[in-house]
Amino acid sequence: MQLFNLIRIALKALQRNKLRAFLTMLGIIIGVGAVITMMSIGEGSKQSIQSSLSSMGSNMITIMPYNNMPMPGGARMSSSSVQSLTEDDVNKIRTNVADVSAVSPGVSSSGQAIKGANNWPTQMQGVAPSYLDIRKLSLKDGVNFTDDQVRKSAKVCLIGQTVVTNLFPGGENPIGQVIRFGKIPFQVIGVLNPKGQNTFGQDQDDIIIAPYTTVQKRILATTYLHTIYASAVSESRSDAATEEITQLLRENHRLRPTEEDDFTVRTQAELISTMSSTSTMMTTLLTAVAGISLVIGGIGIMNIMYVSVTERTREIGLRMSIGARGSDILLQFLIEAIMISITGGIIGVIIGISASLIVSSALHWPTVISESAIGLSFVVCALTGVFFGYYPAQKAARLDPIDALRYE
Amino acid sequence: MKKNILEVRELKREFLVGSQVVRALKGVSFSVQPGEFVTIMGSSGSGKSTMLNILGCLDKPTEGDYLLDGVNVKELSRNELAQLRNRKIGFVFQAYNLLPRTSALENVELPLLYNADVNTRERREKAMHALELVKLADRFDHTPAQLSGGQQQRVAIARALVNEPVMILADEATGNLDTRTSYEIMSLVQELNQKEKKTIVFVTHEPDIAAFSSRTIMLRDGKIQKDTANENVRSAKEALESLPVSDDY
Ligand SMILES: Nc1ncnc2c1ncn2[C@@H]1O[C@H](COP(=O)(O)OP(=O)(O)O)[C@@H](O)[C@H]1O
Ligand SMILES: [Mg+2]
Repeated sequence: MQLFNLIRIALKALQRNKLRAFLTMLGIIIGVGAVITMMSIGEGSKQSIQSSLSSMGSNMITIMPYNNMPMPGGARMSSSSVQSLTEDDVNKIRTNVADVSAVSPGVSSSGQAIKGANNWPTQMQGVAPSYLDIRKLSLKDGVNFTDDQVRKSAKVCLIGQTVVTNLFPGGENPIGQVIRFGKIPFQVIGVLNPKGQNTFGQDQDDIIIAPYTTVQKRILATTYLHTIYASAVSESRSDAATEEITQLLRENHRLRPTEEDDFTVRTQAELISTMSSTSTMMTTLLTAVAGISLVIGGIGIMNIMYVSVTERTREIGLRMSIGARGSDILLQFLIEAIMISITGGIIGVIIGISASLIVSSALHWPTVISESAIGLSFVVCALTGVFFGYYPAQKAARLDPIDALRYE
Repeated sequence: MKKNILEVRELKREFLVGSQVVRALKGVSFSVQPGEFVTIMGSSGSGKSTMLNILGCLDKPTEGDYLLDGVNVKELSRNELAQLRNRKIGFVFQAYNLLPRTSALENVELPLLYNADVNTRERREKAMHALELVKLADRFDHTPAQLSGGQQQRVAIARALVNEPVMILADEATGNLDTRTSYEIMSLVQELNQKEKKTIVFVTHEPDIAAFSSRTIMLRDGKIQKDTANENVRSAKEALESLPVSDDY
């Protein structure tokens, strides 16, 4: 009852100074809006990284050659220049590792894809037929190449949508057509379903897939592998599979216990968690910056409340002369501060949500508005009001009625 | 004999200005009975406001006792004093002290907002009733800026009345008003005294205002110079009627 009256009093006091109340709110509005926008951009990019990585196959295991020996000058050799992975490793993994359901060698080469007058710089992946399953790729048109074609180093390929668009701008059916990659002619036997960009902005459709033997012999003239792709039987078994693969490769590479691995095994799950923790860190950082503006907003409230207490000293005196207690005055000013911050908070939440929606629709950034972000900034807001409103309010409450009335 | 509504004994009030002690009241004693209409007169600086502020529990005496309705104010806490101001005293200021940009009705409601016993509906009714008493019910939604000085003072009087206090204290309540408006206010005050039986202590330095009261206490230099009953109280209503018509607004 009494509190309800005080809320009414505070509300009326704010109404008498709408513009000032709004300007005070502005700091809070911007602070909360920024926090929510930052958090939704952060949360959105985190989720998009996760979904894009798991769309590549959450069971996927990638094995890369890796020389841990530092090069002179401290640099490390790039992975493709290290020649430690062989076809023999692939076969051993296929036959011995129970937790692996599919495995494929991988070699890659960049070069120009040419069809008639059309040129397109792209990347060729030399792999086994199982690669499509491992990477969760599917064919829109045509057929996958076969193990037989791998054995024969057949000059056949599957092409991604971006390559189709650039080499066949007229819209003719690529299936059966012959394109050249560098100097080597390849017959297109399949077109991949488009996957779009991944989180890192890479076009996943800008790719040509061919039998690894073909790439090894006809393009790279090498017998080594750049990568081995494998698929664990399930996501939960991928750590076990990693263990087994590591053991097996160490034996196969005849490494003594004192020697470091000359390869690295990465699971997609691990990559997801690394990437998300990076993005979480970014989010935290951005949110902290936005949080600072919230604090500044709070200081703005304190400033205005101080001015307001001084300016309304006579009003305080009058209120005391008609029966307001110190605690009534304290609560009135506190409620005013909290109302400013909460109203600012509500507007800030609305602006934050709108900004997130605008960012995702105009810039095509993924955003996810989290309830926790809204809840958190709301609590922070109310606390800001209490914290920064308390001192000015207390100053008002301690005034003597006669001193306040006489104040000029 | 009736019980005193207020009684002051050897009241002293000193102010410390820098290193100098200003003695505003130098030992004042008097008592007021319910239903009295007392004016406190005296030249500027004689201690009238200081006296009234103490009577209104806005200020405390340096020495001496003040008994309000039999209670020694000295023994009350800050919150108890606030309650006392809320329930027993209606204060009217020279400068009206209305909240700006706030309707007359809301200004009058203000003391009731600090009274937990009054609900929203009662508050509205009481405030409306108080405005009727000061004959401003038709202006209830006007803000102070939309009212004349006399009307603003009437709103202030309604505000002082609304909590049904036992006494009304006014400090030069007509000080800012012209003669006609002053008489209107005085006629209202007389009516409150006679019809509503309110005890009134009215500070003024104008003798013609004091003529409307039943008793005048003359202050001089912080002491009572004279305390006289007024045998033939002048009627403010009649005084108003006898004013030349050209003075009309
Ligand atoms: N707060 C104060 N501080 C210092 N001196 C004061 C204060 N209030 C009043 N006085 C002094 O007390 C004396 C009486 O003042 P006041 O009661 O206001 O006189 P009046 O209302 O009769 O004109 C004056 O000399 C005045 O200067
Ligand atoms: Mg005075």
